[in-house]
Amino acid sequence: MSSTPRTLFDKIWDSHVVQRLPDGTCVLYIDRHLVHEVTSPQAFEGLRMAGRPVRRPDCTIAVADHNIPTVGSRVPSDIKEQDSRIQVETLEKNVKEFGVPYIPILDVRQGIVHIIGPELGVSLPGMTIVCGDSHTSTHGALGALAFGIGTSEVEHVLATQTLLQKPAKNMQIDVTGTLGFGCSAKDVVLAIIGKIGTGGGTGHVIEYTGDTIRALDMAGRMTVSNMSIEAGARAGLIAPDETTFAYVKGREFAPKGEAYEQAVAYWRSLPSDAGATYDATVRLTTAEIAPMVTWGTTPGAVVPITGAVPDPTEIDDPGLREQAQRMVDYMGLAPGQKLEGVPIDVVFIGSCTNGRIEDIRAAAAVAKGRKVADGVQALVVPGSGLVKRQAEQEGLDRILLEAGFEWREPCCSMCLGMNPDKLTPGQRCASTSNRNFEGRQGPNGRTHLVSPSMAAAAAVTGRLADVRQLG
Amino acid sequence: MDKFTTLTGIAAPLPMANVDTDKIIPARFLKTIKRSGLGVHLFDSLRYRKDGSENPDFVLNRPPYREAQVLIAHENFGCGSSREHAPWALLDFGIRCVIAPDFADIFFNNSFKNGILPIRLPRAVCDQLMEDTKLGGNARITVDLERQVVVRPNGEEIAFEIDPFRKHLLLNGLDDIGQTLQHAPKIDSYEATRRAEMPWIPATTG
Repeated sequence: MSSTPRTLFDKIWDSHVVQRLPDGTCVLYIDRHLVHEVTSPQAFEGLRMAGRPVRRPDCTIAVADHNIPTVGSRVPSDIKEQDSRIQVETLEKNVKEFGVPYIPILDVRQGIVHIIGPELGVSLPGMTIVCGDSHTSTHGALGALAFGIGTSEVEHVLATQTLLQKPAKNMQIDVTGTLGFGCSAKDVVLAIIGKIGTGGGTGHVIEYTGDTIRALDMAGRMTVSNMSIEAGARAGLIAPDETTFAYVKGREFAPKGEAYEQAVAYWRSLPSDAGATYDATVRLTTAEIAPMVTWGTTPGAVVPITGAVPDPTEIDDPGLREQAQRMVDYMGLAPGQKLEGVPIDVVFIGSCTNGRIEDIRAAAAVAKGRKVADGVQALVVPGSGLVKRQAEQEGLDRILLEAGFEWREPCCSMCLGMNPDKLTPGQRCASTSNRNFEGRQGPNGRTHLVSPSMAAAAAVTGRLADVRQLG
Repeated sequence: MDKFTTLTGIAAPLPMANVDTDKIIPARFLKTIKRSGLGVHLFDSLRYRKDGSENPDFVLNRPPYREAQVLIAHENFGCGSSREHAPWALLDFGIRCVIAPDFADIFFNNSFKNGILPIRLPRAVCDQLMEDTKLGGNARITVDLERQVVVRPNGEEIAFEIDPFRKHLLLNGLDDIGQTLQHAPKIDSYEATRRAEMPWIPATTG
C-alpha cells in the first residue's frame, strides 16, 4: 500500500490494474459492463466471427433503451421503424446466444441504461463501470469510475472483462455555497461547463467536491456527473458518503446484510486522502449559479436565464467568432437578444440527465395548477419503468396530465431522436437533456438545455422563462 | 484492421472547432448492425441540402477533396457521443488520418481501433496545413507513421507524437483483443484475488 496521499480516482484505478505494460498502458479490470442495442451489434458480431465467448456474463447486463417507442405497443416485433426493430431484435438474439442477463422491454425495470444501473444496484461505489455510451459518466456519482467506450472496446470488454487504458489526469471541481431558489444540479453543471468549456476536462477525470455537491441528493449528483462528458471529461466522480450508502441499501442487485456491511466498510476507504493533489483545480461558488439556459449548439454556450445572446462580432478569435455566428444563425436568435421570453414549441422532460423521480417531482411542482401554453407540446418521459411507477404512485402523472403534459413510457426519446420522438425542422425545444448539438433532437431542431423546473416553466408560459418569477 | 504505415493523399480543410459526433454522423444513422456503409452519411447536415442534394459549398463535395484521405480541423474534434459510427463513417468515406490541435478522448481512442490515425499538432501548424490544401490537386501530404512525420507539399517535415503501443498496433494492424488475451493468466489470477478479497461483489445474474 502506497503512503502517498491518493485521490478517489487513483484508488479505484490502482485497485483495478491487472497488468501494467512497459509504456504505462494498463490492462484495467472492469466490474460492470452495461450493454444497449445501438453500440453492441457489431461487437457481438466480432465475437461470433472470432469464436469468442462473453468472459463474464455475471458482470454484464443488457437493456434496450435508445430505439424504444414511448407510445403504443412496446413489443419489439411491433416497432414500426424497421431499422430500430432490427437493432432491438438483434440485441435480444445476441443476449440469448451469449448468455448475457437482459431486462426485457416489457419488464417494469426497463429504462435508460444510466438510470437503471444505479436504480437496480448494479452500479456500486468503487467499481469500474463501462458502457458503449458517453453518458456512462452518470454512474460516477456513486463514487465509481464509469466511462463511455466505443464498440471495439465493448467487444474487448465482452471478450476479456478488461480494457487497455492509460490513467487520466485528476481534475478537481470544487463548488461551495447554498444553491439559490430555483437552482438545481442541472444549473450547477451547466455553469461548470460554461466556465471550463466543452474541452476543459479533456484527458481528465473530474472529481466534484465542496459543500454544494455534498448537499445534493443522489439524483442531483448523477445529473452533475452525467454531464462531465459535455466538459470533455470521460468520467466524473463524487466521493461516496452516507447519502450514497443509504441510496444503495436494499436495491435489487446491491449486497445485502453482512455483505452490505463489508461493502460499506470498503467504500469508506475510497474518498480522496487529505493532501492528495490534483493536476488542475477549478472553484465555483453558488453566487455564479442561477437557473441556466443554453443559447447555442454546444453545452458551453450557456448563460443565466436573465442573460442575453452574445454578440459574435465582439469575439476576437476569428474561428470562435465564426462558430458563435453559426450558432446564433442556427438557433434563429439575434445578438443581444434576451433569452427570457423566447417562444418555444416543444418541451422535453426526461433523459439520463434528468429522467429520475426527483426530476419529475420538480417538473410537477411547477406544473401543478397551471396549463401548458397553447401550441406547445410538452413530453414527460420517465427514465425507467420504476420511475414511472413511483411517479404514478405519487400522483405526479395526474398533475402533469391535467396540466396538459404528455405522460410517456420510458426510453431515451427526444434526447437524440432515435425513436419517433423528434423535433421537426425549425422547432425550438426547452429540454432537460444533455446535448444541444445541431440536429441532435431532429434535423434542424433547436435545443435549449435547462433544468426540469425551468422546462416546466417554459411549458406553462410557452417561452423560455425564469422559474423564480412563477412563484 | 488495416495496417497504417505511410499514406500520401489529398487533405481536406474543415476549419471548425468542436466538430461533434452528431455532426460527423447524426443519431438517425446509427440504426445499423454493420460497420460498413456509413460513408454516404458522413457530415450529413453539412454535406447535403434540405432537398437531399449535395451542398456544393461543403469541402468534401468539391474536387479534389472528394478523394480526401486526410482531414484537418480545429480544436476538440469528435466531441460528444461514444459512437464508433463516427470513425466508421470517416473510414468508409476514405479518411485514414485526422489532424487537429486536440481531440475528444473517446473519439481519439475509437479512431485507433479502426486504423485511423488521429494526429495532434498545434493550431498554427494545422492552419498552415489548411493553407497547403488550397493547392488543390497538388495538395498531397504524406503521413509517415514509422518516422512520425507529416510531410507538407513543399517537402517540409513536421514531427508528431504518438503513444508507442498504439503505434505498434497500427503499424502491424493488430487487434487489441488478441494482445490482451496474451495476459489471460493475469486476468484469471486478478479475478481469483478479487473474489477472495471482496466476496460481497454481487453478480448481475441474480
